[in-house]
Formats: sequence, C-alpha cells, structure tokens
Amino acid sequence: MTRVLLFGRLRDLADWREKVFDPPPTTLFALRGLIAADNADLGAALDGPGVQATVDRRLVRGDVALPKGSEVAFLPPMSGG
Amino acid sequence: MIRVTDRPIDPGSELTAFCRGRMETGAVASFLGLARGERGAATALELEAYGGFTEVAIGEMIETATARFSLHDAVVIHRVGAIAVGEAIVLVLTAAAHRREAFEACDFLMDYLKSRAPLWKKEHGRAGPRWVEPTARDLADAARWD
Repeated sequence: MTRVLLFGRLRDLADWREKVFDPPPTTLFALRGLIAADNADLGAALDGPGVQATVDRRLVRGDVALPKGSEVAFLPPMSGG
Repeated sequence: MIRVTDRPIDPGSELTAFCRGRMETGAVASFLGLARGERGAATALELEAYGGFTEVAIGEMIETATARFSLHDAVVIHRVGAIAVGEAIVLVLTAAAHRREAFEACDFLMDYLKSRAPLWKKEHGRAGPRWVEPTARDLADAARWD
C-alpha cells in the first residue's frame, strides 16, 4: 500500500488529508493519474505552480518509482513565520 | 534546536534559558512573530506542519545558518494549530560572538521560514478562511541569501 498525505489548500480541495492506495501504484505519475481520475480538480492542483512532492520524506522531481509501503506527500507553496 | 508545538510560546522564559551560562557569546538576537489582526479583518490563524519532515527541514536550515554566520547556537520555536490574534507564532533566537552575525542569522532564518519551510498558514476572518501563500516580497527576501 501507498500512503498519501495532503497539506494546506490541497487538503481542503480534496476533502481528505490522508488516503491509502492499495494496490499501490508503482510510480509517482501512476499515483497522480489515480488521484486525477478520482478528482480532476485535485489532479490539476497537484500539477500547479509551486506544488512539491516528497516520497518517504525526501523531495522528488518528475516521475520516480514508489517503493512498497511508501509515504507520498504533496506540498503546496509554503508559508510559515 | 527546533521545536514545533501547539502550546503557547513564552518568549521571556525562552530567552532567559537561551542566554544562561554563555561566557563567550557577545550577542543574542531575537525575532518574535505575532498573529496580526489586520484591523479586525483577521480573527485567527491556523498553522499546519508535516510532522517530522518539518522539524528535519528547519533543523537543516539552522545548521546552515550556524555555519554561515558562525553562530554559537540557534533556536526556532514555531506554533502550529489554532493561534489567536496577538499570540506568538514564531520565535527565533541566535547567539554569536558579535551582533552583526546574530542579527543576520535571525533575518536569514525568518526569510527561510516565511516561504521555504514546510509550514502552511490559513487565515480566518470576515471574508472567510484563506490559505496564505508567500508574497513577492517574501520570495525576494528569501532569494537575497541564495
């Protein structure tokens, strides 16, 4: 299974914060496809400007393989302080 | 040291503890960020972190600041959860031999926190809730150090 976490406005848009995908997608692009098929607006938002992805808490770019049991997070533009 | 907490920040006791026993530190700089009311337009803030990941990311930036500005020590304490107007959101403390390094490191860490640290800020107010995104000024401020 793959655990997916959303933060900030992505969480509000999806109306979920955490979701398990089982059977797990084997790549990040496959996961993005599953999410977009379920919610096109969310799928578009994940491709939007400034949105970053992490796999097992490491920032990744483009498509990457998803190891078994991985945790994927989508991070919208950050604003602390 | 980085601490992400849903408890109120007590800046006085944090500063006192940070300064204790420093025999070679000549300068401690501090920055305290408060939740602003925007003349009644904002009623509260909500801060979200990615538990574990946020602490690691900010911790790495503290290490970068320590090396870059020859700090003796640095602390970032950041609130998450619901924050009322007037309450502290973030406290940054830096210690160095001389003031310039302490001031600059504090400025550097705050510029990082505003637009590059994994934190997300929602403002609640008269116009309804909105997610705050970094302004052009925030991005330019952070880019000054690149």
